[in-house]
Amino acid sequence: MDHFPTNWGRPRNDGFDAYGTYPIAQRPYNGLGNDVFSEGVQRTQQPIVTGTSVLAIKYKDGVMMSADNLASYGSLARFKDIQRLHPVGTNTIIGAGGDMSDFQYIQALLDDLMVEEFTEGDGDGHALGPGEIHEYLSQVMYARRSKMDPLWNSLIVGGVKDGKRFLSYVDLLGTTYSASTLATGYGSYIAQPLLRKAVEGNEDNITEEEAVKILEQSMKVLFYRDARSLNKYQIAKITSDGVAISESRSVDTQWSFADGIRGYGAQTQ
Amino acid sequence: MTSIGTGYDLSASTYSPDGRIFQVEYANKAVENSGQDLSRSTAIGLRVKDGIILAVEKLVHSKLLIPEANRRIQTLDRHLGLATAGLLADGRQLANKARDESANFRDSFRSPAPVKYIADRLGSYIQVYTLYSSVRPFGISTIIGGVDQDGPSLFVIEPSGVFFGYHGAAVGKGRQLAKTELEKLKLSDLSMRQAVLEAARIIYLVHDDSKEKTFELEMSWVGNDTNGLHVPVPKDLLSEAEQKAKAALEDFE
Repeated sequence: MDHFPTNWGRPRNDGFDAYGTYPIAQRPYNGLGNDVFSEGVQRTQQPIVTGTSVLAIKYKDGVMMSADNLASYGSLARFKDIQRLHPVGTNTIIGAGGDMSDFQYIQALLDDLMVEEFTEGDGDGHALGPGEIHEYLSQVMYARRSKMDPLWNSLIVGGVKDGKRFLSYVDLLGTTYSASTLATGYGSYIAQPLLRKAVEGNEDNITEEEAVKILEQSMKVLFYRDARSLNKYQIAKITSDGVAISESRSVDTQWSFADGIRGYGAQTQ
Repeated sequence: MTSIGTGYDLSASTYSPDGRIFQVEYANKAVENSGQDLSRSTAIGLRVKDGIILAVEKLVHSKLLIPEANRRIQTLDRHLGLATAGLLADGRQLANKARDESANFRDSFRSPAPVKYIADRLGSYIQVYTLYSSVRPFGISTIIGGVDQDGPSLFVIEPSGVFFGYHGAAVGKGRQLAKTELEKLKLSDLSMRQAVLEAARIIYLVHDDSKEKTFELEMSWVGNDTNGLHVPVPKDLLSEAEQKAKAALEDFE
């Protein structure tokens, strides 16, 4: 008890031990350099374990998406069985490039959100669709970049709800856009032109088999060109029947031309 | 209750000389029968091989109410449901608390909470309201059911905060008759569909329509038939169950 009324209602000075509770050497010190900010606020300044491109296209029956199974540690191919396509509810899939721990955090965030919607709705039959998921993610991503502590991902959200296809992008800056073909990371340079050529204006005619072929071709080109990619990937489709993510698969590649390349490495002639 | 009116029933923080806490016993009364019209209902829970069925006899005190308004069964998480008998508002408050607990468990362990964990946390929460003179104990008995790693489980929490696990549970006004009926069933052999029919039959049986107003049957289930989700029993099955319950009741009389 502080017996001086002038001190009442004011912040207490824990640095001063009025009753000699502690031996002098052990008295708590609340001065400079001893609070939670003493080492500064830590923010994400670079991604650590990363995933590379995600590709997505609209086609006749819905939306198809693909991403490889690699999570790199810098240039090291560190984890080769990581799934970067993630279902949210019954008619949405998100695909992620960038920091994989941030992606796992986003998955947990969305799971909490879906549980909340499920319980508060209490069986009303309404669930969040791809449009709502994308809007939510864009708000989260923008809020985090505004704290100068971004979630280091580029995300593609795809789905079908009420017979409508949905395909949209959001990244670590909170930037969003939609198109009938989308690609993140290296894929936005290498695969996006190929996808546009194959898909644009043709969205309502491409069959499931054709869509798979288009994505396979692009994944193959990316595997040739992207040094952070892996020839092991998954394809997901979202149709009015729901979501389906394939088992891991690979494409045939041909490296014999590499023999003739001169000018790199340790060749002597 | 010999000690009524002797001053020992004014506060939940006071024992009577023979070691009772009257406020908690009054809370049980609020669940059982007296009190407002609204709280005079029965809730049952069945634990069968593949899941849990919750059913409530919900009295409709006004014809002006929208059908299915004032739900007494609530969803706590994907795999958890809760039914209450007693004060409706207390049930809502408890369900919100349970949702928080379940979400916190998810955040800590990245897995769905065991039913027993939630029952334990809610039991502790309710018990705290039996300790202080400034608060009133919860006027509800709660049935909490769900399916976790170890399969289906069912718990009842009473106003004192004590909770037990059951194969079949009944709380509220008609609990005695409901318990007798539940004891006749071979719960572990029933399928979820069969259990829904039995639950409907029991609710119709315990409803005393000579005294009571009209009622709505509210049912939910969680288990293999629902992919582990706690959802209301679908409309077609619910109406089938209601028809069979009415038919069984006529045979009975």
